[in-house]
Amino acid sequence: MMEFMLMGGYAGYVWSAYGITMLVLVANVWMAYRFHAKWLKRAQEEGMTKVSTRQPRVRRIS
Amino acid sequence: MAFIRHNLVRIVNTISVLNTNFWRWFHQLASPPHVFALAGRVCPWFAGLAIIFLVAGTYGGLVLAPADYLQGDGFRIIYVHVPSAYLGMLAYMVMASSAAIGFIWRMKMAHGLAVSAAPLGAWFTVLALVTGGIWGKPMWGTYWQWADARLMSELMLLFLFLGYMVLRASFDDRDKADRISAILAVVGVINIPIIHYSVEWWSTLHQGPTIAKLDEPSITMDMLIPLLIMIIGFTAFFGWLLCKRLQGEILKRERQTRWVDGLIKGRTA
Repeated sequence: MMEFMLMGGYAGYVWSAYGITMLVLVANVWMAYRFHAKWLKRAQEEGMTKVSTRQPRVRRIS
Repeated sequence: MAFIRHNLVRIVNTISVLNTNFWRWFHQLASPPHVFALAGRVCPWFAGLAIIFLVAGTYGGLVLAPADYLQGDGFRIIYVHVPSAYLGMLAYMVMASSAAIGFIWRMKMAHGLAVSAAPLGAWFTVLALVTGGIWGKPMWGTYWQWADARLMSELMLLFLFLGYMVLRASFDDRDKADRISAILAVVGVINIPIIHYSVEWWSTLHQGPTIAKLDEPSITMDMLIPLLIMIIGFTAFFGWLLCKRLQGEILKRERQTRWVDGLIKGRTA
């Protein structure tokens, strides 16, 4: 076990690389879910309140 | 003669049916409710696949794979470095190709997908640079080398992702942001082959390709298998978060429409 932890003298490099990777992956999951939750909440709050004022967009074909 | 004509008609009919199906499918991809539902359906599958493969690949890379004869246990960084570098490039290709589709066919959902891929790609590129630096220190004696072709082209990839996001943020009009940022994304594709061939075209500290080359991979099976498992795991992870972000992006764009309103009411009811 100790031998495994020491990583043949590369412990600092190997563990920090895996640690940072883990951190970035978890942070990305958190950010993606937070982003999703933010706009779901906004959609719930705003609902169709502005829909009547929104003009349909027509693109002119030239 | 009649036999040939009969079969010819059958072939043409089959093609036209396939063609109609293809275009129906293509148009469904332009429909926000359809894409939203599709992303919601595939998301948990990607999530499950990602977790299983990432755990298995990490175990394989740290425990099962033998130590390298030259780099000892230090080479194990490959199992996080290569998948993140590959994923940064995959994310770029997803971003650029969907931005191009959005630009050509004026498909808002394709732009939405491009927007969703950008932050993920940026993060994986950062990860590739950081893990590469950590790997470089014991093997090359330095974390970073300016004027190294591989390192510079990878840094360029990060700047392309950041540039795409900053450019988008500078427009108030979303349609305009979609179109202008798509041009940047497509032009930046030129950097992808540069990253790949940088280790062959220029002298660099970075080692040559290990897997993606015409020759046999220069790595033994017991080292290669965990790497492939990690690559699948990272890809599934990207698919998972891409779906989640795409759903968020659709809600952001469509939040004042009838179908989103119906969706929320149906959810809370």
